[in-house]
Amino acid sequence: MSVLELADVVRVHGSGETAVHALRGVSLTVEPGELVAVMGPSGSGKSTLLNLAGGLDAPTSGTVLVEGTDLGGLSRAQLAAVRRRSVGYVFQDFNLIPALTAAENVALPRELDGVRMREVRRESAAALEDVGLSELADRFPDELSGGQRQRVAIARALVGPRRLVLADEPTGALDSRTGEWVLRLLRTRCDAGAAGVLVTHEARHAAWADRVVFLRDGAMVDETGKATPVEALLK
Amino acid sequence: MVRNGLLALLLRGPMHGYRLRAEFEASTGTTWPLNIGQVYTTLARLERDGLVAPLGEADAEGRVMYELTAAGREEVGRWFATPVERQSRPRDELSIKLAMALMTEGVDVHAVLQAQRTATLRSLQELTRLKAGADEVTDAAWLLVLEAMIFQAEAEVRWLDHCESRVSALPARHATPAPAADHEEVPS
Repeated sequence: MSVLELADVVRVHGSGETAVHALRGVSLTVEPGELVAVMGPSGSGKSTLLNLAGGLDAPTSGTVLVEGTDLGGLSRAQLAAVRRRSVGYVFQDFNLIPALTAAENVALPRELDGVRMREVRRESAAALEDVGLSELADRFPDELSGGQRQRVAIARALVGPRRLVLADEPTGALDSRTGEWVLRLLRTRCDAGAAGVLVTHEARHAAWADRVVFLRDGAMVDETGKATPVEALLK
Repeated sequence: MVRNGLLALLLRGPMHGYRLRAEFEASTGTTWPLNIGQVYTTLARLERDGLVAPLGEADAEGRVMYELTAAGREEVGRWFATPVERQSRPRDELSIKLAMALMTEGVDVHAVLQAQRTATLRSLQELTRLKAGADEVTDAAWLLVLEAMIFQAEAEVRWLDHCESRVSALPARHATPAPAADHEEVPS
């Protein structure tokens, strides 16, 4: 089963003369193990696509399925539950809670979901181990470097049963080497079975994805698909 | 470049041609494969210019070791100390193609830009896959070469993005019409 499936998704803001077509019939499927990068100029619909995929916004028409669940048919409470259990966000500015330790930040979505404390701690520790930050679990965000904070955010995005990570310019606030390590980590987590959607304007980072799709004026204009074999490139 | 590369390798000590070729390829990750003939012609030229000298007689397999002369040593030092000049590429095919696309009626310059962007991103993905599999320490030299190609591809994508926003900002129907004689309208 696909982790994310957008089918002919349209999003129009406003109506009549002043209507803005943010997305004009976009379809995108992301399988477990897959990292998909979305590129396009500002205003092309990248953020709208990410918001729809995460259930933060609803399409004007078309369907959004997360792990097989049609978000369109859900009550507000059910939608919130899908967001807590299935979807994690990674932002440019990390969005960690300063008063909580790394472990507590990672644990938060599970706690909010009513999971037992012992289980929450186990999941949080496992998620931090997956991003190589076990030793720093008790540090607060301001005691971590930018790269480490983003690793915490990735751990939080994939804690417990969460399998879909939506990353919005996750390297925007990081230097080139640190940004690369964040991409390597996203790549590794997807190779381990997660599904990722990465919005970026940096081609060098998009290139870590299995597929790169290009948006323009709310429509998908092209994608890289499966790349050519290595040998062909080095001739 | 081969010339300076060989001189730099000889800083490590005397080597014969086959060894030089192997070391050159090990350092650059076979990005620029050398044939042995190229190595020996280059060595002959370097010897003529007094930058290297044969060391003793040929061995049983007919291979001659070469070493750097003092002038050769000085030459390598100069090479490392001198920045490489940006190549001017006045006949760069891609720039010409885009300029032509922009000025030719009936050609969708956005489509030309996008086709190039997709292709460049695809090679960037391949280069990144190679990089992901390389070892930070043992492949350090190869990684430098690989990243040079990665950053060049990235620069091309950024330039294409820039072209696109520039083209988008142009007023419609900017294209210069073809000469009037026998000119048929191409619907845009």
